[in-house]
Amino acid sequence: MNYLIRNVSILGGEPTDLLLQDGVISEGAADGAEEIDGTGLVALPGLVDLHTHLREPGREDAETVETGTRAAAMGGFTAVHAMANTEPVADTAGVVEQVWRLGREAGHCDVFPVGAVTVGLQGERLAELGAMADSAARVRVFSDDGKCVSDAVLMRRALEYVKAFDGVIAQHAQEPRLTEGAQMNEGELSGKLGLTGWPAVAEEAIIARDCLLAAHVGSRLHVCHVSTAGSVEIVRDAKRKGWDVTAEACPHHLILTDELAATYDPIYKVNPPLRTAADVEALRAGLADGTIDIVATDHAPHPHEDKDCEWAAAAFGMLGLETALSIVQATMVDPGLLDWNGVAERMSYAPARIGRVAEHGRPIEVGEPANVVLYDPAARRTIDPTDSASLSRNTPYRGMELPGRVVATFLRGKPTVLDGKLV
Amino acid sequence: MKRHLLSAGDLTRDDAELILTTAAELRELADRPIKKLPALRGRTVVNLFFEDSTRTRISFEAAAKRLSADVINFAAKGSSLSKGESLKDTALTLEAMGADAVVVRHGASGAPHLLANSGWVRSSVVNAGDGTHEHPTQALLDAFTMTRHLGSLDGRRIAVVGDVLHSRVARSNALLLHTLGAEVTLVAPPTLLPVGIDTWPVETSYDLDAVIPKADAVMMLRVQRERMQGGFFPTPREYSRRYGLDARRMATLQDHTIVMHPGPMVRGMEITADVADSSRSVIVEQVTNGVAVRMAVLYLLLGGNESD
Repeated sequence: MNYLIRNVSILGGEPTDLLLQDGVISEGAADGAEEIDGTGLVALPGLVDLHTHLREPGREDAETVETGTRAAAMGGFTAVHAMANTEPVADTAGVVEQVWRLGREAGHCDVFPVGAVTVGLQGERLAELGAMADSAARVRVFSDDGKCVSDAVLMRRALEYVKAFDGVIAQHAQEPRLTEGAQMNEGELSGKLGLTGWPAVAEEAIIARDCLLAAHVGSRLHVCHVSTAGSVEIVRDAKRKGWDVTAEACPHHLILTDELAATYDPIYKVNPPLRTAADVEALRAGLADGTIDIVATDHAPHPHEDKDCEWAAAAFGMLGLETALSIVQATMVDPGLLDWNGVAERMSYAPARIGRVAEHGRPIEVGEPANVVLYDPAARRTIDPTDSASLSRNTPYRGMELPGRVVATFLRGKPTVLDGKLV
Repeated sequence: MKRHLLSAGDLTRDDAELILTTAAELRELADRPIKKLPALRGRTVVNLFFEDSTRTRISFEAAAKRLSADVINFAAKGSSLSKGESLKDTALTLEAMGADAVVVRHGASGAPHLLANSGWVRSSVVNAGDGTHEHPTQALLDAFTMTRHLGSLDGRRIAVVGDVLHSRVARSNALLLHTLGAEVTLVAPPTLLPVGIDTWPVETSYDLDAVIPKADAVMMLRVQRERMQGGFFPTPREYSRRYGLDARRMATLQDHTIVMHPGPMVRGMEITADVADSSRSVIVEQVTNGVAVRMAVLYLLLGGNESD
């Protein structure tokens, strides 16, 4: 089936027609194409998430590749990078190929497995990075996400080693000794609530070190989920020096603050933790000026019982795929910090470039793969966790009214979402 | 008063004074041969203790029994922190048994808050100490003890000394004593003061000798054994020298100044035996007052405020 989208605004431009034919963006005669009224809709390139937890293999009670990629499609994503902290860990060619194959079978979006940097995420010795790179999954992004590669020598070797296949190390920046037992942002509130603090310096110290290491060995570094104003400053400085450093911010860090911990509701427990309003401001500014290259969801599904308990006993993490674009609209587009071109850059082009994914993150131009999302920025919706396509329900936006709605998502010309519903 | 007692910060000055006045009336009972009132007859109070704390548990038990309530002691072995039964399932069990009040002690900060706000139980929740967060009835009994010796706490100087960072007693006392008009100084090595303490309604000091001569009450906090290994200070001996209350320091106190400790004490660490056993020490009296204050709390939450 081919689709002719009438009167749609490509990246916020003047309304025009957009033809998706035989999996690519086309022009000319649209014989037999199904027409979609695009009035009021914005067409964006299919979104690319560099940071998704699909939980399979191992925690199929929280999410599977099937359910996670449904949620991705509902959020406007045509490609996601599946983090390596599964059980077993994605630290061999066998596991990454399994995840990759599950993604192909599900078909809701493309799944690019992230390989673990170290065996079992233990931070002791390098996993077979080359084997994962050479596998059918063609891994280019390596991360121990959930844990920090805190050993400086190991981090240096990893940064150097992946140069052989143009890989990148995506670091979860968290100095482990400074964050033992940490529960929330260390600040005024953690002291009052009696919850062990997660100080900003534990993130910033690792980012500073890694930037210096990357510069020293001439490698590229990607910094996961930047959460503090100080981190933004360090990345800005590294870029000014010309170092090959990229960084991501998560939607929840763009809108929520540590004040929510006062509820002791672990739906707001996440790692790195929600920070202060000043940090939120700095992240938005950094995302606007390009210091922060991309938005990545850190979509982290958890079964209900892991959130329906004492804060200290609860799991870290929150859902993000289905609400990411709305949060970016609310925090960046509506206040005038980013236009739709900027959104395409931060949520599609740049993440695809960092992940070395050639077939995604392409402009909406004739001849390009028809990976397109149609988005209605004028819609409003109140978030109901039971609506989620994810297997889990741990969204921190429950009850919040957010702007925007994904109307359709096309993966190589084939709709994965149509009329706001999964196909 | 609110339906639950979760934080000393939830108490207005009127609330706190009502509890202290009620406790004073109930305290008279302790000196009578028959120490029992029928106020909570037919009501059920559950002591839900996820941490061992014989002192606090028997204090609440005595308080409830003196008001003629039925008492169920539920010593939960292991919480969801140690992969035991979840707090939710425990709470649902208690609810099914028909508890009117749940007195909860838990190792996780915020657990009583969760219990009160989750909808799992309809009963009143009393925080009997949660993690490193709060212990409001301890602060109430401390304030009660102080008022018996010092009268009104307006403008009184109270020094709270020790591991403020990990102390639920210090947090509750800082909030409550401020509400009651006292001037609180928290004294500790810098490693044992939380980040952000400059926003608390208290003064802080690293110098015990400078603070205690002006104090009307000196409250020593216990230093837990695991903190001694945690690198917060070089050695227990150095801690005692700098922050322990011994006879030499006691000699610098004003004549009327009282010495307090929430117990259990580590004699020789934060307080020496001669200080703990001196005539200034009101430590044993704190225990007696604890029962009266907890009676007042249970009475006001369960029976004394029908109009609310």
